[in-house]
Amino acid sequence: MSETIGNVWVFIEQEGGKIAGVSLQLVSKGRELADRLGVKLEGILLGNNVAGCAKELYQYGCDKVILAEDPRLEPFTVMPYAKVIMDLIRERKPNILLFGATLKGRELAPRVASEKMAGLTADCTSLEIDDFDDKRNQKFYKDKLMQIRPAFGGNIIATIVNTWDDPQMVTVREGVMKLGEADPSRTGELEKVEVKLSDAETVVKVIERVRADKEVDLQGAQIIVSGGYGVGSKENFKLIHALAEAIGGEVAASRAAVDAGWISHDYQVGQTGVTVRPRLYIACGISGAIQHRAGMSESKKIIAINNDPNAPIFSCAHYAIVGDLNAVIPQMIKAFKAKQ
Amino acid sequence: MSYKVLVFVKQVPDTQNISGDAMTPEGTVNRAALPAIFNPEDLNALEMALDIKDRFGAEVIVATMGMPAAAEVLRQSIYRGADRAILVTDRALAGADTLATSYTLSCCAKYVGNCDLILCGRQAIDGDTAQVGPQIAEKLKIPQLCYVEEVKNIAGGKITARRAIEGGYEILESPMPALLTVIDANLPRPMNAKRIMKYKRAKTPSEIAKAVPDADQAAAVKAELAAKGLLITELNASDIKAAPERIGFPGSPTKVKQVMSVVLTAGEAKKIEPTAAGIAGLIHELISDHTLG
Repeated sequence: MSETIGNVWVFIEQEGGKIAGVSLQLVSKGRELADRLGVKLEGILLGNNVAGCAKELYQYGCDKVILAEDPRLEPFTVMPYAKVIMDLIRERKPNILLFGATLKGRELAPRVASEKMAGLTADCTSLEIDDFDDKRNQKFYKDKLMQIRPAFGGNIIATIVNTWDDPQMVTVREGVMKLGEADPSRTGELEKVEVKLSDAETVVKVIERVRADKEVDLQGAQIIVSGGYGVGSKENFKLIHALAEAIGGEVAASRAAVDAGWISHDYQVGQTGVTVRPRLYIACGISGAIQHRAGMSESKKIIAINNDPNAPIFSCAHYAIVGDLNAVIPQMIKAFKAKQ
Repeated sequence: MSYKVLVFVKQVPDTQNISGDAMTPEGTVNRAALPAIFNPEDLNALEMALDIKDRFGAEVIVATMGMPAAAEVLRQSIYRGADRAILVTDRALAGADTLATSYTLSCCAKYVGNCDLILCGRQAIDGDTAQVGPQIAEKLKIPQLCYVEEVKNIAGGKITARRAIEGGYEILESPMPALLTVIDANLPRPMNAKRIMKYKRAKTPSEIAKAVPDADQAAAVKAELAAKGLLITELNASDIKAAPERIGFPGSPTKVKQVMSVVLTAGEAKKIEPTAAGIAGLIHELISDHTLG
């Protein structure tokens, strides 16, 4: 193949000059993909006065940071961001473009993909480079990005390939890709690009903006006690809090418990929440749909408490307690306090 | 001044309530065994449209792309207060990914014409991608306001809305037309008993053809329902001027290389008895290996 292939890009999401955790994780993954393809890894950084982010991006693996700075890029609004990224794609033809599946990423990536007429796969849980022999259309594609994600309520795992124009675009949830080691000696090149925006892209105005950092940092937690629909009520969720407090852990929840309004989305573990890898994960009253397991199955030790012996959560647990969590949790607290 | 509000809805398999029957012995999904439901966040979008109608005056049109059976979610929309409904159905639409779907729906929006607002649920539970809304907005070259919780005001050709951002919210102001994706932040109104009585006979031409095999009789039924305002509009790809190469399988850049069903294997889990002794043993083990403490 004489045709040169484009570089791997990561959209770098920042808030007030602080890089989103998922963006650094994607830089780590992007480095792997770029090495496999023999191309460069470039970070696409938009905002105003954000050049200071570049150093950290080199340390995690970017060869280059493409920087677009403009007052109209702060705070984030989707249309100016999409315009800047589209202009860059047209000019430079990247091979792969990775976005964090954050609220920002999930509204920006489809707007860009639609204009570029490129495929976009949401919430990938794994990314690999492989060939694709499309027998139906009798076409062979070399070194494509395998975009792997659960589908259909998590009952199947699909490998998806973009067969149209590059870039091959995906979004990935926070915590799904592992953050590599930063190399303080690693440096890169900073390229500032001109921002061309017209009135058409700046019609949406931010009248008011209220935000605070997340209440919890589940990704850093070593012990997590997580409650699901089986907890039964908001009131009963205090059992989960009590166990977490007793053993020095953080509280988390499954989507069903969040949807039921028992706890805020910041605490949600799973495909549409946070992915965690603690030393100990205690799943209480969580049936264990694959979307949940995708977010916690790499925990070092997993205890599952469920009164249904056939609950899927037991398939990834190291310790299975088939029983009523209302009885089991107080016993655990008692046993732990007795051993202390 | 009355606004024109188009709501896109989807009939989805109820993936959140998958029972044993829904899986085949080979471990694949038996779609026929899954109940079809109104996509939850599309109900929130419909509620927002009906609220706009109540507060500012609007015609609410509900449209869906799907199989003929998807007419059911259109009837449910009419029962809740939608003024009219459109089914876009065509075998040529099968196999569409989000790009082909958004193109098709943008053609439908153009067919409806002069919409002030287009509302969609943020995402559908069968794919959870949240991509179709922003992609329709791009295809129509209009602003998108995503994750909207509440419409604050509509005046002077502009909409002001509150939407979720990471760790908080924003109030955005946008010129219309605009597209909103709506999250689970309102309480969809129930179906109205009087409207159910009035519209329960509303049908699409496909449904009439299925129920009345004789063509002449079917035509008569169709004319009768149309005269009573009970005929649900049904359109195919050429009606909405959708280019064949941009819809369905041919119009989808993403191809599925491989599908693996998730087969649950018996785990290697160590069974702990839910007794005081069993649990004390477990805690002891976890403290001994420094997992706890």
